[in-house]
Amino acid sequence: MIHSLFLINSSGDIFLEKHWKSVVSRSVCDYFFEAQERATEAENVPPVIPTPHHYLLSVYRHKIFFVAVVQTEVPPLFVIEFLHRVVDTFQDYFGVCSEPVIKDNVVVVYEVLEEMLDNGFPLATESNILKELIKPPTILRTVVNTITGSTNVGDQLPTGQLSVVPWRRTGVKYTNNEAYFDVIEEIDAIIDKSGSTITAEIQGVIDACVKLTGMPDLTLSFMNPRLLDDVSFHPCVRFKRWESERILSFIPPDGNFRLLSYHVSAQNLVAIPVYVKHSISFRDSSSLGRFEITVGPKQTMGKTIEGVTVTSQMPKGVLNMSLTPSQGTHTFDPVTKVGD
Amino acid sequence: MTDSKYFTTTKKGEIFELKAELNSDKKEKKKEAVKKVIASMTVGKDVSALFPDVVNCMQTDNLELKKLVYLYLMNYAKSQPDMAIMAVNTFVKDCEDPNPLIRALAVRTMGCIRVDKITEYLCEPLRKCLKDEDPYVRKTAAVCVAKLHDINAQLVEDQGFLDTLKDLISDSNPMVVANAVAALSEIAESHPSSNLLDLNPQSINKLLTALNECTEWGQIFILDCLANYTPKDDREAQSICERVTPRLSHANSAVVLSAVKVLMKFMEMLSKDLDYYGTLLKKLAPPLVTLLSAEPELQYVALRNINLIVQKRPEILKHEMKVFFVKYNDPIYVKLEKLDIMIRLASQANIAQVLAELKEYATEVDVDFVRKAVRAIGRCAIKVEQSAERCVSTLLDLIQTKVNYVVQEAIVVIKDIFRKYPNKYESVIATLCENLDSLDEPEARAAMIWIVGEYAERIDNADELLESFLEGFHDESTQVQLQLLTAIVKLFLKKPTETQELVQQVLSLATQDSDNPDLRDRGYIYWRLLSTDPVAAKEVVLAEKPLISEETDLIEPTLLDELICYIGTLASVYHKPPSAFVEGGRGVVHKSLPPRTASSESTESPETAPAGAPPGEQLDVIPTQGDLLGDLLNLDLGPPVSGPPLATSSVQMGAVDLLGGGLDSLIGAPNFVAPPAATVPANLGAPMGSGLSDLFDLTSGVGTLSGSYVAPKAVWLPAMKAKGLEISGTFTRQVGSISMDLQLTNKALQVMTDFAIQFNRNSFGLAPAAPLQVHAPLSPNQTVEISLPLNTVGSVMKMEPLNNLQVAVKNNIDVFYFSTLYPLHILFVEDGKMDRQMFLATWKDIPNENEAQFQIRDCPLNAEAVSSRLQSSNIFTVAKRNVEGQDMLYQSLKLTNGIWVLAELRVQPGNPSFTDLELSLKCRAPEVSQHVYQAYETILKN
Repeated sequence: MIHSLFLINSSGDIFLEKHWKSVVSRSVCDYFFEAQERATEAENVPPVIPTPHHYLLSVYRHKIFFVAVVQTEVPPLFVIEFLHRVVDTFQDYFGVCSEPVIKDNVVVVYEVLEEMLDNGFPLATESNILKELIKPPTILRTVVNTITGSTNVGDQLPTGQLSVVPWRRTGVKYTNNEAYFDVIEEIDAIIDKSGSTITAEIQGVIDACVKLTGMPDLTLSFMNPRLLDDVSFHPCVRFKRWESERILSFIPPDGNFRLLSYHVSAQNLVAIPVYVKHSISFRDSSSLGRFEITVGPKQTMGKTIEGVTVTSQMPKGVLNMSLTPSQGTHTFDPVTKVGD
Repeated sequence: MTDSKYFTTTKKGEIFELKAELNSDKKEKKKEAVKKVIASMTVGKDVSALFPDVVNCMQTDNLELKKLVYLYLMNYAKSQPDMAIMAVNTFVKDCEDPNPLIRALAVRTMGCIRVDKITEYLCEPLRKCLKDEDPYVRKTAAVCVAKLHDINAQLVEDQGFLDTLKDLISDSNPMVVANAVAALSEIAESHPSSNLLDLNPQSINKLLTALNECTEWGQIFILDCLANYTPKDDREAQSICERVTPRLSHANSAVVLSAVKVLMKFMEMLSKDLDYYGTLLKKLAPPLVTLLSAEPELQYVALRNINLIVQKRPEILKHEMKVFFVKYNDPIYVKLEKLDIMIRLASQANIAQVLAELKEYATEVDVDFVRKAVRAIGRCAIKVEQSAERCVSTLLDLIQTKVNYVVQEAIVVIKDIFRKYPNKYESVIATLCENLDSLDEPEARAAMIWIVGEYAERIDNADELLESFLEGFHDESTQVQLQLLTAIVKLFLKKPTETQELVQQVLSLATQDSDNPDLRDRGYIYWRLLSTDPVAAKEVVLAEKPLISEETDLIEPTLLDELICYIGTLASVYHKPPSAFVEGGRGVVHKSLPPRTASSESTESPETAPAGAPPGEQLDVIPTQGDLLGDLLNLDLGPPVSGPPLATSSVQMGAVDLLGGGLDSLIGAPNFVAPPAATVPANLGAPMGSGLSDLFDLTSGVGTLSGSYVAPKAVWLPAMKAKGLEISGTFTRQVGSISMDLQLTNKALQVMTDFAIQFNRNSFGLAPAAPLQVHAPLSPNQTVEISLPLNTVGSVMKMEPLNNLQVAVKNNIDVFYFSTLYPLHILFVEDGKMDRQMFLATWKDIPNENEAQFQIRDCPLNAEAVSSRLQSSNIFTVAKRNVEGQDMLYQSLKLTNGIWVLAELRVQPGNPSFTDLELSLKCRAPEVSQHVYQAYETILKN
C-alpha cells in the first residue's frame, strides 16, 4: 500500500514528507527529478516511475507534484485517485492548494494526512468526516482556541464514519432549506478544415450544493435519460433505482458534492452550439503569416451563448503575434505561446 | 496566525529553546512547542534529541496534543527504542478508554511504532481491540494486524491473530470486512503459500454483500480479492459478474478498473453463445471510454490496461475508435499510448479515418510522437491489406516533406511493407533512393540497404549505392554492417559478373578486419557457401522469405492471459508479470485465467502454465527464447543456419584457404552443422560428414561397452497439453558427452516449424550445447528423432528434487513447458576412479553423519558382474575385499561438478536366497546420495 508521500514544488524542493510505514529516504525522489528533467515540461512527467526498490506515482496539480511511494504491487489507479483526493481535501480545507498555504498550515496538513491513511490503507477520505475529526482552520476558530484553550481536533467519533450513509452527518439544521444543481458540460470536438465535425463527445457533470435539514431523501428525474451513455455516481445514489427506472434517488451529503458525471459519446449526434472556421496563409517572401478564426453561434434553441473564449496553442517557432479581434479582448503569452 | 511561525528560529539554539518550552507548566505553551517540533520534523530536520521531553507530554486529556505526540513517536521511536518503552503504559491505558476514538488511536499508533520491544506489549491490547464492540476500533485493529505482521510475522502467527482476522471477514460491518480483506491480502502477498484467503462460495457471498455497502477503497480491496477466486462453474461466474457489474458506474476509477478485472477474468468461463455474454461485452465499453475523460495520469494507467483488453477481447471497443484520437493538449505519454491502441483497433471499416488522423499527427512538432505516427501508418498497411496502397502513398507524401526523421521512419516502415507484400510497391524505390544521403540513423540505413540488396536486379546502380556505403564500413553500427554484408552477397548472386570485386572486399572486411563475432560468422558462412556451391548459395540466400505477420508486437497469449488477471495493477502498466519486477520476487504466484467450463468449446481454453511451476520459471525461459528466435529471424536466410560456437572457432584456426578444401566434407552434408569434436551424438540416423565418421569408428568399439544404461523413452509432454506436439525422450551418456534423445511427433493438423529449446537453470547446470535442429518442417503425423548434445556449463540453481529439469520448447504455434527428472548417472564422469590411498583418506575424512545406507533388493548378480556393469556407467571399483564370505566392493564416482561420491557395496555371492545388496554412500554433499542410490538401482536392474 502507499508508503510515503512527498510534496515537491516546481523548482524541485521537497517541502513536505509524510511516511505511513517506515521512513523512506527522500533521496528516492532523485529518480523523480531525473524523469522531470527528461520530460522538459511538468505536465509530461510520466505518472508511474520505477526505481530499484520502489515505485513513484505522481500527480501534478496546482504547480505541486504529489509523489506517492509504494513498495509492493498496488493498483496505480488506487494511488492516483487517492492523491487526487488529497488535493481536493487540501483545497476544501484551505480554499486554495498552494505551497505557501500548505507551509502555513503544516500541522493541520500533517494531522489530516495521518487521518486519511493508516499503514497505507485509506481511513477517512470523505471531507465531511475529516472535518469533524480535524476542524479546518478559520480566523474565528483560532481566536476562540487561543482564548478558551480548545483544539482543532474533534474528540468524538464522527457519526458518519460507520453509518450506512457515511457521507452525511446527523443533526444538520438549516433555517433556509435550499438545494442547487449545476449542470456543466464540456464538449470535446475535432472539427476539420471545412467546418464539419469529425468527432464530438460530451463530458458532463452535475455538481450540487444541498443545504437541507435532517435526512432528506431526494429524487431527480431527467427528460431524456437515454442520452446519458455512461454514468458514474456519487456513492449516495441508489444504483438499482437508476437501473430500473432511470431516476436518481439519493440521500445527499451536506454541502457541495458531485452528484454524477456522465458521458454522451460520439455515436449520439452531438450538436455543437458554435461553428468554427479557420484559414491559414503565409506570405511567400517573408516569415509572416495570417491565421483567421471565425466563430459564430449555431441554432441554439433560444439559449444565448455567453463568454466565448478562443485559446490557441502556437508552435514553438512563432515569435510573436499581433491580434485583432472583431469583438472582445485578447492576450498573447510569448512564453507558453498561448493566445487568448 | 499561521503555522509558518513555527519555522522561525532564534539564535540561541532552537533545540534548547524548545526543550524549555516543552517542560513549561502552561498547557498552551506545551502544545505550541510540540507543534513546532512537528513542523521541524515534516521538513526533515532532526529533532530526535527532544524525545524524552515530548513523551512527557503524552499523559494529557487534550486530544490534539495526544495526537501530535503520537505523530512524533511514530517518527522517532525507532531511533530511541529504550525511551519508547516509556510510552507503552499510556498506550495500554488508552486502549481501555471509554472513547472508541481514543482506543482506536492508541492501537493504531502502537502498530506504527516499529520497535520489537513494544510489539510484545501490543499483543494483549490488540486482541481486545479485535473483539471490541465498536466497529471503528475493530476495523482499525484489523489493519494493525497487518502492521504487526510486517514487523514480526512469527509473533502474529503464534498469537493466532490470523485466525481472528479470518473471522472478521464474516463481521456484520462492511467496513470491518473490507479492512480485514485488505489486511489479509497484504499478509498473503508476503506469504504466498499460507493460503490465507481461502475463498469458498459462502465467503464470496459475504464479500459480495459487503461490496455494496463499504467505502470506495474497501470496494477496491474486495474486488481485487474476488479476482483471485475461481468459480466452480459458469453459473457461479455469471452470478458474481451480475453482482459486480454495478461497480462499473462508480465515480472512483480504481473501483471501475478492479471491477473490469473481475469481469474480464470470469467472462473466460462464460459460454460465448450466452445472451449474458453479449450484454456484458456491451456493458464494459462505456466505463472504459469514460476513464479517458479523467485526469491525464488516470488516463495513462487506463490506456495501458485498455491496451491489454483490446488484445484479449477486441470486440469490446471496436466501435470506439474515435475516443482514442489524440487531443492537442494530451501529455506525450497519453498520446503515445493512444496511438498504440488506434493501431490495434484499426480495421477495414475505420481505416480511412485512422489514416487521415495519422497523417495529421505526422506533421506535429513532437519528434517522438511523429516517429510513432509514421510507424503506425506502416503497421496499418501490414494489418489491413486493403489499405496498403493508401498507406504507401501517404508515406510517399511524407517523404516529400524532406523532414529528416520523418523520411527515416518512413523508409523503415516501407521496408516492412515490402516484406509483407513483395513485388507490389517496388515502383517507389526510385523515390527512396533519392533520399539516400539524408539517412543518418542505423535503423534507416539498414532498412535502405536491405531494400537495395533485395531488389538489386531492378536498381541499375545498386552496386554503386552499396559501394558508397562500404567506404565507411567500420564506422557503421553492427546492424548496418550485417545488412550490408547480406545485401552485397545478394547483389553478387544476382549480377555475378560485375560485382566480384565488391563481394570479395566485403567478405574480407567482415571476416578479417572485424572483431564482431556475429559479423565474422555470417561472413564465413557466406564465404564457404559461395566457394563450395554457388547454386546452393543462391538457393539459401535468395530463398523465398516468409511473409511477416501482421502483429509482431502482440503480447504472447500465455503472458496476456496472465496479465489480464493483473488488470489495474502495476503489472498491467508495465505489461510484465509481477514476478519480473516486484522486489524479491519470492512471493509471486502465477495467476492464470480460469478454464472454460465443460459446457463450452474446450479447445478454446487458454493453455496455462504447468501447475506447480515454481515462481520465476517462465521468466527465465521466455525472454531468452525470444532472443534466440529473433536471432534466427535476423539472419536473412531461408533455413536456420547456426552452429555451435566451437565449430566456427576451429575453422578460424585453420588458414582461410582451408575453407575451400579440407573442411568441405563437413559442410558437404546438407544442413548438418558439425558438432564440437568432443560431442558424439548418440542418434544413429543422423547423417555424418565422412571425416568425422572415421573418428566415430575408432570409438564405437568402446562406445558400445562404455555407453551407460539408457532408459527407454518416456512421454514428457503429451500432445493434448501442447497443441498437438508430443515429446518423448531420454538421456544418454556416451564417451564423455551427455545428450538428450528426443522424439518429436506432430499430432496436430498443421505443419510445425521453427523449433527451439531452452532449459531452466538446474542443479548441475545442464544446458543444450547446440540449438535444437529440426531441419524440415514437421508435417502432421510425422515423427522425428533428434539427439540434442548437452553440456554442464549452464547456470546453476538448486532444484527440488535435485535432478529436476524444466524445459521450454517453442515452435511456430506456441511455447510449451514441461519438467522431467534425469537419471543422475548421466553426470558420472569418466575420470571418476579414485586412487586407493585417496579413497581411504577421503572415506575417513567425510564425517559419519554424511553416510547413507540403502538396500538394493533382488539383484542376483555376483561381484564381478556388478562391478563391470557399474563400470560401464562410470562407477569404478577401487578395491575389493572378501569378508566372511561377503564381497565388499569399494567404489568411487565423480559428478560433472566435481563432487566425489564414495560407496561401499556388500554382495553376497552364492546365496540365492539372499539377493539383496547393501550400499552405503559417503559424500560431502549428502543430498545427492539418494539420487546416486537410484542410479545404482537403475543400472543394476536393467
